[in-house]
Amino acid sequence: MENPPIKTNPPLRLNTVGLSKKDYDGAPSTLCKGCGHNSIASQIVQVAYELSLRPHEVIKLSGIGCSSKSPAYFLGMSHGFNALHGRMPSVATGALLANHTLKAIGVSGDGDTGSIGLGQFKHLLRRNLRMVYIIENNGVYGLTKGQFSATAEKGLTLKYAGKNPFPPVDLCMEAIVAGCGFVARSFAGDAKQVRELLKAALSHRGTAVLDIISPCVTFNNEDDSPKSYSYGTQHEKPLHELGFIPPSEEIVIEPLEPGEFRLVELHDGSHIRLRNLGPDYDPTDRMAALARLHQAQEEGEFITGLLYYDPSRPSLAEVEGLSTPLAQLPPERLRPSQERLSEVLQAYR
Amino acid sequence: MSVLERAQAAPTAPRPPIVNDFSLVVATANGTGSQTANLTLLRSFFRLGIPVHGKNIFPSNIQGLPTWYHIRVSHEGYVARKPPEILVAFNPATALEDVQTLPPGGVCLYHTDLRNLPQRDDLIYYPVPASELVAGIEVPVKRKSYLANMAYVGVLAWMLGVPLPVIEEALAVQFDHRAKLVEDNLEVVRRAHAWASEHLTKQDPYRVEPMNKTEGLILMTGNEAGALGAVFGGVSVAAWYPITPSTSFMDALRTFLAKLRKDEGGHPTYAIVQAEDELAAAGIVMGAGWAGARALTATSGPGLSLMAEFVSYGYFAEIPAVIWDIQRVGPSTGLPTRTSQGDVAFAYTLGHGDTKHPILLPSSIEECFEFGWKAFDLAEELQTPVFVLSDLDLGMNNWMGQPFTYPDRPMQRGKVLSAEALEARGGFARYKDVDGDGIPYRTLPGTPHPQAAYFTRGSGHNEEAQYSERAEDYVRIMARLARKFETARQLVPPPVVAHTPGARLGVIAYGTTRYAIEEAKDRLAQKLPFSFLRLRALPIGPEVRAFVAAHEQVCVVEMNRDGQVHGILQAELPEFASRLRSVAYLDGLPLTAEWVMTRLTEEAQRPM
Repeated sequence: MENPPIKTNPPLRLNTVGLSKKDYDGAPSTLCKGCGHNSIASQIVQVAYELSLRPHEVIKLSGIGCSSKSPAYFLGMSHGFNALHGRMPSVATGALLANHTLKAIGVSGDGDTGSIGLGQFKHLLRRNLRMVYIIENNGVYGLTKGQFSATAEKGLTLKYAGKNPFPPVDLCMEAIVAGCGFVARSFAGDAKQVRELLKAALSHRGTAVLDIISPCVTFNNEDDSPKSYSYGTQHEKPLHELGFIPPSEEIVIEPLEPGEFRLVELHDGSHIRLRNLGPDYDPTDRMAALARLHQAQEEGEFITGLLYYDPSRPSLAEVEGLSTPLAQLPPERLRPSQERLSEVLQAYR
Repeated sequence: MSVLERAQAAPTAPRPPIVNDFSLVVATANGTGSQTANLTLLRSFFRLGIPVHGKNIFPSNIQGLPTWYHIRVSHEGYVARKPPEILVAFNPATALEDVQTLPPGGVCLYHTDLRNLPQRDDLIYYPVPASELVAGIEVPVKRKSYLANMAYVGVLAWMLGVPLPVIEEALAVQFDHRAKLVEDNLEVVRRAHAWASEHLTKQDPYRVEPMNKTEGLILMTGNEAGALGAVFGGVSVAAWYPITPSTSFMDALRTFLAKLRKDEGGHPTYAIVQAEDELAAAGIVMGAGWAGARALTATSGPGLSLMAEFVSYGYFAEIPAVIWDIQRVGPSTGLPTRTSQGDVAFAYTLGHGDTKHPILLPSSIEECFEFGWKAFDLAEELQTPVFVLSDLDLGMNNWMGQPFTYPDRPMQRGKVLSAEALEARGGFARYKDVDGDGIPYRTLPGTPHPQAAYFTRGSGHNEEAQYSERAEDYVRIMARLARKFETARQLVPPPVVAHTPGARLGVIAYGTTRYAIEEAKDRLAQKLPFSFLRLRALPIGPEVRAFVAAHEQVCVVEMNRDGQVHGILQAELPEFASRLRSVAYLDGLPLTAEWVMTRLTEEAQRPM
């Protein structure tokens, strides 16, 4: 009898650091089925794989809330820190001062960033810590069962919370005002855009803010809610089509009408190519970005894309003048000598 | 009555000289620059070899409110606060009250611009015509009012017999040898001295004579000493939010780090962040500690309240951190520029849920330095937040001390697994008690090994650091943390015990109350001999139980209202709860030996 053919899995495709996509997985998600946050987590996995990140060089941080649980669900071989509600920025600051060579991916939510953590968020941006700061924004508190968050639209009606009488905090506007040099808005349902923005964000010199509308399928997914899947799918208005070009790759721009493309060079030599989908949008103009966001707010538009980009401000580690990671200093560089102690004490005699 | 008439109207009965044993107070308005004059006096006594200590009793204010600087000179070496016999009355707002506080036979040096100075027949008055003495010196107007303070330095130098060259040396140190400043100030001192020699007759018994009791010693504030200790402990990240009385700790840290921690390329090997609040400061420290850098913050009571959230996290997620609390008077904003030992109970169990933390209790600049570096060893060995509870009196005032001893052992970085160690062990479980001491192993982010990573969270977790709500997992982790605290008991600095043979009374105290107690102990040696145990840390070790067991009655002396450590000791030593007595008091001022003697005597007379 002929041996039956041996069934094998298709060979895993490995990236340039020899890892398969599976190696970037985390623990199984405990979020609701269909939650926008799960889709973002899988884009992080995809991007880390495609960029061949070394997992041990990445740290993932979060605050508290549904969104903040998600770092457990990606990059299982990276150190993770699920911090306190609204306090991830300070923990990230400490961790990256200890080792500024690490790549940090922070995941927060709209309550975590827009309410309890608004202060730390603004100061993080002021200091320009080099990290990707993702806000998984669904306008609602999930774990406590459906209260409005600070990003919920005025007039929105929800089953638990009733009608929201207050205007929303626009976290992209807050970021631009605070001096952030990489501000983008996206939609969890637009996987490609999320991926390209994530890649570009990882190349940024300081804090890169990604405000990703990420529908809450349990508490805020009615068709008429601006943060629902169906609303987002129907109304998302990308300012441009984004393409990330790593430093090693040749830049090819198809010959198109002038003004249709913008090429933005990122801090590490990579580029992001923006193909305008509507009127020309210049993401390097701060006031124009604020005006466009204001207009979107007034007109109820759901604009996405790279809203603002400015790589000129140094990161916190640059400001501090750090060289060898502080966590890796050998004892002899940490403790000055006995002679130095005597010298110092001489002045106190 | 003219200036000179008043001086001559003082009592004339000769008294035997009192040499190197007095307490003086300088009363001025805040912001008038008297600190320079006061520190010059302090340094002059120190340079004469006489044990000395100064306490600044200052207001929460930038300019105008009253401030008092106490200097105690004691050939016996006592440095506790003692009600002053000599007053320098330079503040019209408080002069009335200040003069009334002097004991009979006391001395009052007064600014001749003061109006309506109370007349007491039992005091000796010396005028200080400060305005006239600075007239004609070419300096900007603002500096002129500062210089006026040097007039009382000059008159005191005359009165006490401080040689002018000693004052000059002290001024040189004070002004970091900037010649013009030294000369301007010295000129006023000289003029005042000459004026006093010519116009005044010495009628008081107080004077100084050189001795050799400060030879080799240093003079420093506790905050400077603690910051220097931290530098020799390898601090690399510091985050803080300004709050009196901890601010000078961070100022000193910045100065010392800039001097001592640059690499060959001139790059700093440290980072200091002034955070947006104490909450963020604590978060930065946790993040840095987690990632493997030695990190600290310094704060005071209100800041500690904000840090509670992160301290609870750090306890449960097991992250090394060092938190200095320079205690001031609460509750709330309280008396923000006065000293206290009011945060001990709060700090000991800071955080929600079941939490407890090692606390170091320095009493001197030597211990501030020592605990400055040791706190990092403890925090990393135990993987937990460690507190150092100093106080305003220790932190902000200048104290004499022995030159600091260089750390006597290499840095203890605790159980951190390298990539090689992980390879050899075949991985690790972050929260597992492998060695039986309650302390697990950890790895640092950036460790190049596929099994290095783990997930840190403040929510329930099992030994593998996975999310868990299982009752058994929670209980196992909490029981191990309790075990770890028992290990901490053995690692923290033991108490210092002075046994008095045959004494029925024991006294337990900690921090700066020691000075009043040590003086009281000498003075009560015949009448009420007692043994003294000075706690240097919590949790307590077996020495404390033995000490309490060995005395019929044990008074716990501390500077708070409710006897916080008394309460902790009663809970830790329930079998001795009834013999532990609380002798607690807080008015914002350091204790005096007199008060301690009175209270101990009262307690000794109370039935058991």
